[in-house]
Amino acid sequence: MNRILLVFVLIVSMSLFVGRVSAQEVSKAQIKGLDEQVQEIKKDVLGISSELALLEEKLLYPSNTQISVFVSFADKGGFRLDAMDIKLDGQEVTHHVYTANELEALRNGGVQRIYTGNIRTGDHKIEVSFLGKSLIGGVYQKTASYKISKGVKPKLVEVKVAGQGFGDAIEFKER
Amino acid sequence: MQRLAFLLISAASLAALSFHTIDAEASTETDLYFGEAIFYANQGEYFDAISRLDTELGQYYGLDDPGLDSLHLLIGNAQFSVGDFELYYRMHQRAGRAIKSVIEGNVKPAVRNKAIYRLAKILLQKNQPVNALHAIEKIEGELPDEILDDIAYIKAVIFMVNGRPTDAIEILSGLQSSDTHGGYAAYNLGIALLQLNKDAEGIAQLAKAGTSSGSDEGAKSIRDKSNLALGYKLLESGDPELAKKYLYRVRLDGAFSNRALLGAGWAEIALDRYDRALVPWTMLSKRNVTDRAVQEVKLGVPFAYGKLRLHGKSAILYGKALESYDTELTKLDGSIKSIHDGKFLQALAREELKLDSNWVIKLRDLPEAPETHYLMHLMASHDFQESLQNYFDLEEMRKRLLAWERNINAYQELVNIRREYYKPLLPVVEKQFQLLDSRMRLRIEQRDNLENKLQSMLIAPRPQFLATVSERIYGDHVTKLEKRVKHLSKDNEQRQRVDRLRGVLNWKIFTQYHDRLTQAFKRLRELDGVVADLKEIYRSFVRTRQAATQSYEGYDATLNTLNIKVLEAQERIKNAMLAQGHMLESMAVNELDIRRKRIEGDQVKARFALAESYDRAQKKQIDDEFKAAVEESVERARKAAEQAAKELEETALKEAAKEKSGKQEATREEVKK
Repeated sequence: MNRILLVFVLIVSMSLFVGRVSAQEVSKAQIKGLDEQVQEIKKDVLGISSELALLEEKLLYPSNTQISVFVSFADKGGFRLDAMDIKLDGQEVTHHVYTANELEALRNGGVQRIYTGNIRTGDHKIEVSFLGKSLIGGVYQKTASYKISKGVKPKLVEVKVAGQGFGDAIEFKER
Repeated sequence: MQRLAFLLISAASLAALSFHTIDAEASTETDLYFGEAIFYANQGEYFDAISRLDTELGQYYGLDDPGLDSLHLLIGNAQFSVGDFELYYRMHQRAGRAIKSVIEGNVKPAVRNKAIYRLAKILLQKNQPVNALHAIEKIEGELPDEILDDIAYIKAVIFMVNGRPTDAIEILSGLQSSDTHGGYAAYNLGIALLQLNKDAEGIAQLAKAGTSSGSDEGAKSIRDKSNLALGYKLLESGDPELAKKYLYRVRLDGAFSNRALLGAGWAEIALDRYDRALVPWTMLSKRNVTDRAVQEVKLGVPFAYGKLRLHGKSAILYGKALESYDTELTKLDGSIKSIHDGKFLQALAREELKLDSNWVIKLRDLPEAPETHYLMHLMASHDFQESLQNYFDLEEMRKRLLAWERNINAYQELVNIRREYYKPLLPVVEKQFQLLDSRMRLRIEQRDNLENKLQSMLIAPRPQFLATVSERIYGDHVTKLEKRVKHLSKDNEQRQRVDRLRGVLNWKIFTQYHDRLTQAFKRLRELDGVVADLKEIYRSFVRTRQAATQSYEGYDATLNTLNIKVLEAQERIKNAMLAQGHMLESMAVNELDIRRKRIEGDQVKARFALAESYDRAQKKQIDDEFKAAVEESVERARKAAEQAAKELEETALKEAAKEKSGKQEATREEVKK
């Protein structure tokens, strides 16, 4: 009796150990079918998203007035970016406070589109300020300005930021 | 054991592969939109990442000369990344196609090999091991450094699931020192050796994996897993003494602790050390009763007490187990009802819960939510996770579509407002524009004529053309005078004066011709500048007029189509969510039902065991009472016998004394006589 019970319990224990064999096996085909259906929906919704993005750009930010400002890190940043402020012709157009996830995304090669708006053709001044913490823990803040000339094409401005000792703190690049 | 090994491989493999992060650190030096997609992907927002990259790729392919686009140099990488993002967004079908196109395209061997690795990973996840094997065998040439170990590891896993442990062993042996996969490789190497029936080597390898170094949670988990697997393997092969050694190595606060304590108890039982079995089992019995091992040990503890002949204690504990099973059955019934009432899905959809890493456990704290501890194993399964993620993705898309629907309505209104504003203005502007346009064209034509004349004068000089206005007036006067003096002789003073005037005029015009021509060209260039400005203003006006028209024209059809697509997608999502929700509910209910049946089985066993223990306890009690009664009777009999003997002795003594005294009396009487 002792031996039989031991064997029985061992079998139960082993079945526990190897993992669940629950109702999911019963509906394997259903799971697959529904998963494929969801994938199709995702594809269609992504299509709508792309179409809508193009339409919004055309409707709200036509090429001849569009300006977009992008933020990226030079190398891995070399500091902790807390907030960024963008001014166009002396007027603040956006202010962004960074989350840990966003910082990590920037450090790993991501580029953030921080502002998209409309301006007239001609010369404009863009002013960028950021606030952060240096590697040794002190406050690290910089401000820089740049003159841009808006033409017929969309104006794309990349703002590359870097920590102390990693080159220019703020570097502008027109694309 | 084969099945056991397979499942262990799969679990470990998935855990190892899940360590990867987005490695689409493509050079974004030249394409900001690609960088933006990576920005979203790095935050786990794959929908936005795919949407942006899809839009960018769509625009790129629509260009007349894509070679001039900033994405051109990164196109292979972008295609690969979109497939990668789709893979993370669980769009395996599309991701597979995207990655296949990279493999078949003209790309560097490192990029192709990376794509093949991704494809093999998808196929393995989709439970297509043979296809995964075919894919991974295509890897050749240069391998990307950052995924060297990943490729080797997945290759080994694929070999194992395809029943080729020998090939897997070769690779896994080489991965023992890997920083990222060393622990999993050591464990899987042990499993592969067991698959080959090399038990001694497999056990030695698992023992090694169970004592591997590393203080992070992953390393600790691998050690526990190895010791647990080894312990059960040894129990199964009849070596409980050694099994115990490994089972006791499993951490008491780890995920495998309950099963280890259970196994350790059974190892002691197998060695007939019932009192020692009570140590791990008593500890386990105080843990969360929803765990299967804890429920099982509720029967184990009284069993051990029974073996120690403490039947009363055993019966009491069986009774407690029954109470506990009753409580759990009530809880399970409540949970099943809660799921049927839709509370499970409502709870799953709550965003704030997902901010907590233990959100699944927290679900149980919500009012009327099911007991999620029972669903922990189900929730950890691949199929349930995929279904749950699909449900979340559908919910996220539903919210997006609602927002888009609102946006599209707003855009339609915006277009109408623009139309109402511009439509009456444009005809007036158009009329003025046409007038200015014709005047401008005339001036430009005049300028062109002028240039033609100047150009022809370079070949055939025409000084008169460059005479000033006053010179022309003077010239006309001189001509008139010449007519008047024409009849006079050449020697005539009047005529000579007129001829001198002509001579002076011609002298001036002819001698200054080159300077004037240069000046004329200079002025023409100045005029060109003015004409260029005029043309720019003209173009700007045309653009503005076009922009005004384009700000409301041509949107209606697109917006209407998009609106219809959004509404259709909403309907499809609604249906899919219903189906997906129902499936999740069914999975959960079925899981709870299985747990319910198991507890009911335990309940039956507990009832029988309780009855048996009670009988034994009672029998023992009766036996003890009988024994006591017999002993008492014997004692009484003994005491009675002793008393009787004593009395008999006393009587004998008395009689002897009496006899003696009688004899003495008789003697005395005789003496007297």
